[in-house]
Amino acid sequence: MAAIVGLGATYLALTRGNAFGPLTIGSWTAWPKTGTVDADPYAQASIARAGRLPTALGDGVAFTASADDNGRPLDGRCDVVLAGVTPAARFWTLTLYTPDGGLVANSTNRFGFSSQEIVRHADGSFEIVVAPRANPGNWLPTGGIERYVLVLRLYDTAVGVSTKAGREVPMPSVNVRSCP
Amino acid sequence: MTRWLLLGLGGAVLGGIVHLATIIILPRTATQDAYSRLERIVPVNTVTALPAPTPQSEPMPFMDPAFASAVCRYDLSRGPMKLSVPVSLAYTSVSFYTRYDVAYYAINDRAAGRRVIELELMTVDQHNQMPEDEDITAADRLIVESPTLTGLIAIRALAPEPGLMPMARSAIAAARCTLADDAK
Repeated sequence: MAAIVGLGATYLALTRGNAFGPLTIGSWTAWPKTGTVDADPYAQASIARAGRLPTALGDGVAFTASADDNGRPLDGRCDVVLAGVTPAARFWTLTLYTPDGGLVANSTNRFGFSSQEIVRHADGSFEIVVAPRANPGNWLPTGGIERYVLVLRLYDTAVGVSTKAGREVPMPSVNVRSCP
Repeated sequence: MTRWLLLGLGGAVLGGIVHLATIIILPRTATQDAYSRLERIVPVNTVTALPAPTPQSEPMPFMDPAFASAVCRYDLSRGPMKLSVPVSLAYTSVSFYTRYDVAYYAINDRAAGRRVIELELMTVDQHNQMPEDEDITAADRLIVESPTLTGLIAIRALAPEPGLMPMARSAIAAARCTLADDAK
């Protein structure tokens, strides 16, 4: 009984990939503390299990979205539109991964965008279409996979442990445009 | 009835203990964590460029494909280490991780303020043993203390667009990490 409860709770905690001190803005969540020496045991355990290296806070902050603004899990067969602006940062990159952190094969070999590649509107805002089939403008291919996650990494930014969600940290909206 | 209740309660309490214990032990016993993965493919105390992640294979999950990256897996048991990383045109960062993949320090090209990011890495003990006068004469030396004897230094240069990847790769190819004693 004890073993089932204990190991079950551990498994759940790690597969959900949660840690203390999340910073959630819209669909996006970051754990700035995970990139510091103050990373809590849950963060350390899930990092070790995933086999990844966390983004160090002195380097940047990584925001992850696995659902749209209505809470529906991101589906690679749908057309999803990211629109808006990002918090101030010297550079940012947006990357599409499988839930395990792998890149998704596609005909154009595009796995993401950097802040310099993006085509913007006159006011500085941008729109990225995440879709299985080619779209005009900034198109990020999904390869038609069922589930994916988006990671928006801000490099050399003031966003960090003391940041509160608010007007100073605008993140792009994530909305489903059409679904087959 | 009371007996079942007690049994359930005892099970839940013990389960909580098992849960906390496994969470704390896990990073120490993981065989697929980033350090263990890299231990198999990169030699110690030298900078090794990592292959770019592709859909087929990747050194680690959740790598940023817009970056050229290299790692220096360090072992300070034979003394402190010197690190030098020339900065690329766009953005270059150096992040330090303990043996258990905890990020304890990071610096980028702008914070370094020079064309080359130069610093010394040593354990707390090695820093304490440093002669005091040496510490003063070298006031502009950047010294980083590693909480563990071994760990990883991740060196990364951004290619703002795919065409600039060769430039980013060549910038980090010139990065060096050497034991201070070997350099003399």
